[in-house]
Amino acid sequence: MRQAGELDESVLELTSQILGANPDFATLWNCRREVLQRLEAQKSPEELAALVKTELGFLESCLRVNPKSYGTWHHRCWLLGRLPEPNWARELELCARFLEVDERNFHCWDYRRFVAAQAAVPPAEELAFTDSLITRNFSNYSSWHYRSCLLPQLHPQPDSGPQGRLPEDVLLKELELVQNAFFTDPNDQSAWFYHRWLLGRADPQDALRCLHVSRDEACLTVSFSRPVLVGPRTETLLLMVDESPLAVEWRTPDGRNWPGHVWLCDLPATSLNDQLPHHTFRVIWTAGNAQKECVLLKGHQEGWCRDSATDEQLFRCELSVEKSTVLQSELESCKELQELEPENKWCLLTIILLMRALDPLLYEKETLQYFQTLKAVDPMRAAYLDDLRSKFLLENSLLKMEYAEVRVLHLGHKDLTVLCHLEQLLLVTHLDLSHNRLRALPPALAALRCLEVLQANDNAIESLDGVTNLPRLQELSLCNNRLQQPMVLQPLASCPRLVLLNLQGNPLCQAVGTSEYLAELLPLVNSILV
Amino acid sequence: MADSLPTEFDVVIIGTGLPESILAAACSRSGQRVLHLDSRSYYGGNWASFSFSGLLSWLKEHQQNGDNAEESTASWQGLVHETEEAIALRKKDETIEHIEVFCYASQDMDDNIEEISALQKNPSSVTSKPLDSVCLSEETNSLHVTSSETPAKDTPKSDEEISLEVTDVEDILAEEKYCGDKTCINTASGGDKDENKPIEEDNTDQPKRNRITYSQIVKEGRRFNIDLVSKLLYSQGLLIDLLIKSNVSRYAEFKNVTRILAFREGKVEQVPCSRADVFNSKELTMVEKRILMKFLTFCLDYEQHPDQYQAFVHCSFSDYLKTKKLTPNLQHFVLHSIAMTESSCTTLDGLKATKNFLRCLGRFGNTPFLFPLYGQGEIPQCFCRMCAVFGGIYCLRHKVQCLIVDKESGRCKAIIDHLDQRINAKYFIVEDSYLSEETCSNVQYKQISRAVLITDQSILKKADSDQQISILIVPPMESGTCAVRVTELCSSTMTCMKDTYLVHLTCSSSKTAREDLESVVKKLFTPYTETEIDKEELTKPRLLWALYFNMRDSSGISRSSYNGLPSNVYVCSGPDCGLGNEHAVKQAETLFQEIFPNEDFCPPPPNPEDIIFDGDDKQPEALGTNNIIMAKPDSSEENKNPESPENHHQN
Repeated sequence: MRQAGELDESVLELTSQILGANPDFATLWNCRREVLQRLEAQKSPEELAALVKTELGFLESCLRVNPKSYGTWHHRCWLLGRLPEPNWARELELCARFLEVDERNFHCWDYRRFVAAQAAVPPAEELAFTDSLITRNFSNYSSWHYRSCLLPQLHPQPDSGPQGRLPEDVLLKELELVQNAFFTDPNDQSAWFYHRWLLGRADPQDALRCLHVSRDEACLTVSFSRPVLVGPRTETLLLMVDESPLAVEWRTPDGRNWPGHVWLCDLPATSLNDQLPHHTFRVIWTAGNAQKECVLLKGHQEGWCRDSATDEQLFRCELSVEKSTVLQSELESCKELQELEPENKWCLLTIILLMRALDPLLYEKETLQYFQTLKAVDPMRAAYLDDLRSKFLLENSLLKMEYAEVRVLHLGHKDLTVLCHLEQLLLVTHLDLSHNRLRALPPALAALRCLEVLQANDNAIESLDGVTNLPRLQELSLCNNRLQQPMVLQPLASCPRLVLLNLQGNPLCQAVGTSEYLAELLPLVNSILV
Repeated sequence: MADSLPTEFDVVIIGTGLPESILAAACSRSGQRVLHLDSRSYYGGNWASFSFSGLLSWLKEHQQNGDNAEESTASWQGLVHETEEAIALRKKDETIEHIEVFCYASQDMDDNIEEISALQKNPSSVTSKPLDSVCLSEETNSLHVTSSETPAKDTPKSDEEISLEVTDVEDILAEEKYCGDKTCINTASGGDKDENKPIEEDNTDQPKRNRITYSQIVKEGRRFNIDLVSKLLYSQGLLIDLLIKSNVSRYAEFKNVTRILAFREGKVEQVPCSRADVFNSKELTMVEKRILMKFLTFCLDYEQHPDQYQAFVHCSFSDYLKTKKLTPNLQHFVLHSIAMTESSCTTLDGLKATKNFLRCLGRFGNTPFLFPLYGQGEIPQCFCRMCAVFGGIYCLRHKVQCLIVDKESGRCKAIIDHLDQRINAKYFIVEDSYLSEETCSNVQYKQISRAVLITDQSILKKADSDQQISILIVPPMESGTCAVRVTELCSSTMTCMKDTYLVHLTCSSSKTAREDLESVVKKLFTPYTETEIDKEELTKPRLLWALYFNMRDSSGISRSSYNGLPSNVYVCSGPDCGLGNEHAVKQAETLFQEIFPNEDFCPPPPNPEDIIFDGDDKQPEALGTNNIIMAKPDSSEENKNPESPENHHQN
C-alpha cells in the first residue's frame, strides 16, 4: 500500500491494530508519519485537530502497552514538533505520570527533556522535579544526570571561569545530597557517578602542548591537547616561519596519518639555514583557536617550547583542583565510609581519584595500597585497574622528571601494563621501561622523536609497532621478552641511527636463521646480540 | 420481629468481632448456612468503632453496672428436653472495666448537646454503619476497592492498576485534582457514609488553636470513628493477605501510616526506616546512615549470616544492638520503633521482628502499616458483608440464652435465643465474652489498658502534619512496666473532626488503664485550659478529651481452660494487645480448618460475570473447583426478617 501511495485513514486504522498490540515496529510508525503528512495537506484545520487528538490518544495507549518503546516516544516527539499549538503542560503531566510509575524510565526522561526544552520550562522547576524523584528513590541515573545539565544552567559561571562548573555553595549542597546517597547505599553506582561529575572539571581547553624543531632531521613536531586529524592541504594547522607562512605536508610519526596527538612536518633547508641569529616557528591551530611559537637559535641543533606537565591542568583532569578544601573534606568522608565499608569498590576508587586530584606525588604510596585493596575486592576489573594504575604511575614519573628538569625517564620496576601519555614524552632522550608487564611497544611510541636509548628488558613484549621512524634511536635493549618471530622486528628498519640491539632471552633467538634475517633487515646495526 | 428465623443452620456464630466475622465469611463462602448473631446493637463487639455520641452511649451502657440484672431463667428451661442439658451464656458483657472520662475542652453549654443526646436514644444509629446497608453492598457502593492509597504492588491487580493510572492522559489533570482531594475528603459516592456525615461545615476560618470546645466535638461527633482496639495492618501481614485473597478488600479503603516516631530524651522524633527515609533524614549523620542501613540490610536476611548473631542468641536484643556499633539513637530506633520489642526480648526474636517490619516496607508505601479509613471497626464488617453476600443471615441485638447439648452424644445441637426460639446447627462458634462465669471459672484473663484522646495538634508538628498518621512506641518508663503504643490519626483517616487528632494509647495492663497510661499522656500532652499561656507547655499538643478503660484480653487462652464445652462449640477470643491482626486471622483460619478440614479458607470469589444461575439449583459448572452453593433467595425469609441481610447474591 505504501508503495502504491495509498496513504489514507485506512492505513492509520490498519497500522493502529498492529501497533496497538506491539508498538515496537518502526516501519509502521514511518507509514503513519507519511499518512499524517499527506493528510495535513488535504484536511481542514478542524479535521486535522481531531486527527491529532486521536493520534495522541493512540500513542498513549501504545505507551501503556510498552512504556519503553523507542518508536512510540519518537513518534510523539515528531507529532508534537509539527503541531501549531502543542499543549506542553499536558505533555509534562504525561511525563510526570509515567515517571511516577517508573521513575527510571529513561525514554520518558528523554521525552521530558525534549518537552522542557520546547516549552522553555525554567531549569529551577525541572531541578525541583528531579529533587522530588531523587527523594523517592535516589537510584536514578536519569535524575542525577538531569541535575548535571540543569545546575550549570542555573548557575552560569562568569565568562572567565571554567564552563560547566558550579559555584562553591551550590557544589557543597550537591555534595551533601550525593553523600547522603552513597552513605545510605554505597553500592548504588548512580550516586558515585554524579559525585565524580560534581568534582570533575570541564573539558580542558584546546591547546598546543609542545613544539619541537630539529635541525638535524629538518623536522618540526607538534603535540596537541587532544587527538586531531590534520588533512593534506587543509587549513587546520598553519605554520609561520619567521613570520611568513610556509606550506608543508603534515604526517603522524608512525606514518599512518590517523587522528593523533602528534603531527610533524619536514622543513625546507631555507627555513633552517644559519644565516640568521635565530628562526622563529609559529604554529596556529585554527580549529582549536590556539597557537605556539618556538625559536631555533643559531648553532643549536634543536629548539622547543612546551607547557609544563607540572602545571596542574595536564593530568588532574579527572577531578577539579580549584576547590582543594572541598576535595580534602570529600576525601575524609570517603575514608570514613571506607572504614565502614572496606570492600566497597566505588568508595575505594573515589578515594584514589581524590588523592590524585589533591596531590598525586604526596599520596603515591597510599594510592598504590588502595589499588591493591581495590583489585582484591573487584577482581573482575583487575586489568582495568592495572591500566589505570600504570597511567597514574606514568604521570607521576613524568612530573618527577620535569621537576628534575631532565630528559631521562625511568619507568623500570613499576608493574606497568600499558603505556599512555606518550605524546607528553616528545623530548625524552633516554627511556627505561625494564621490568614491567608491558606486552607491546604501541604505535604512539613513535612520538618520541628525541629518543636515543630505549631499554625495555624483562617485559612480555610481543610487538614493536611503536619503534618506528625514531630518527635518533641508537640503542634498543629488549632482553627477556616474548618476541616470537624475527618478522616483528621489521619496524626497526625505519630507525636510521640504530647501532645497538639486544634481543637476548627472546624466543626468536632459538629460531633458525634469525641472525641472517636480522643482518639482512638491519644492515646498519653493527651490534646485534641474539 | 425476628421471631421466625429459620431454625436449621450449619453454623451459628455468636459475636461479630474480627475472628468471628472472618469465620462467618469463610463458612458462608464454602457453602455453609450461617447464622451470625450479636447481642449488641452494633457490629464488631470490642473491635467496633464509634462516632463520638456512639462512644458516649457505649460508655453509659458499660458504666451502669448490674442494671438489668436477673431475668428469669425459667422461660427457656422448659424448652430443654429430657435428653438434653443447657449451658447458659453470659447475660452481660463484662470485658470493659475502669472507665474514666476527662473533658478538658471548655463545656460551654449550648443547644448542640441537646441535639445529639436525642441520638443516643436510638442505639442502632451509634454504629458507624447501619446494618441494612450491608446487604446492599452492590448498590450503595459506599466502600471502594482499594484506591490509589494502596497501589498493591504485589497483588494480582497491580499491573492492571498501574496501567490504569496512566490510562487517560486526557483526564490527567482532572484526575489529579480528584486524587488530591481524595486524601482528605470522603469522596465515597452515595452510600450511608455520606448520610451519616453531614456536609462538613465551613469552619476553616477558625483560628487554629483555642477554639475547639466540647460542644463542637459533640456537634461534629459523627466525624469521629473511635476504635475500641487500636491496631494497624502489616502490609505483608496475614490480614492484608486474607483481604486480598478473599477479595474482601473491595469493601474497604486504606491509608498508609506515614510516620514511625520515637520518643527519646523527652522529644518526639521521626524514625527513618526505609532507604528513602534514611537518605532524606536530616537528623542522622552520614556515618549513622551507613551503620543503620548496614544493620537493616543485614536484618532482611539475617538467617543467611548466622555468624553475625550466633554468639548472641542468649543475650537480649538490646545488648546485641550495642555490639553492632549502633549509636544510642539508632539502638533506640531499632529496638523500640522498628522491632517494637521490649528491651528484654532475645536477639533472635528481635531480629525476627525487625525483619518482619522491613519485609512490610514498600509494598504500599514508605512504612509497613496500613490503617483502614473510618477505623478498624470497618474490617469485621467487611467480612460480615462477604458472609452476607454468600447467604449468611445477620441478626444484631439478638441475645442467645443458652446452648443445648445432647446428653448422649455430648454435642451441642441448638441454641435458644432471647425469644425462646430454638435454632439447630451443626457447629457453634462463640466469642469468649459470651461464655458464662461458670464456663470460664478456670480462665485467667489478661487485661489491655487503653486510652483514647482527642487533641488539637500533632505530637510531631511538621509542615504537613495534618495529613499524617503516626505510630509511636514509648518505651517503659521504669522496669517492670510495659511499652506504650501510641497511634495518632489525622482527620483524613475519617476518624476525627477537622483540626483535631485522635490518639490511641495501648499497653498490656499492670494496673488500671489510667494508672498505666497517664504518665505517658502527661509527657506527650498538656491538658487544655482556657487561660494557659505557658510558652513551653504550648509546644505540646493539648488534650481536649480523654477516655481510659481496661479491656479484657482473652487471646492465648487454651480451649481446655473452659469448663464443659461440647466438642462442636468453638471459642473465639476478643482483641489481643498486639499491633497487628495476626492473632485473629490465625485463630479464624485454625478454627475453620478444624471444623472443615477439607475446605479452602476464603478463596477468591468468582467473577460475577462467571456465575451462572442455574434454575435447577445445580452448582454452576463454570466454577470448577470453587465449591459454592448459591443459595436461592428465599422470599419468605426476606419478608419476615427485615433485620437480617440474607441471601444476597453478587449480581
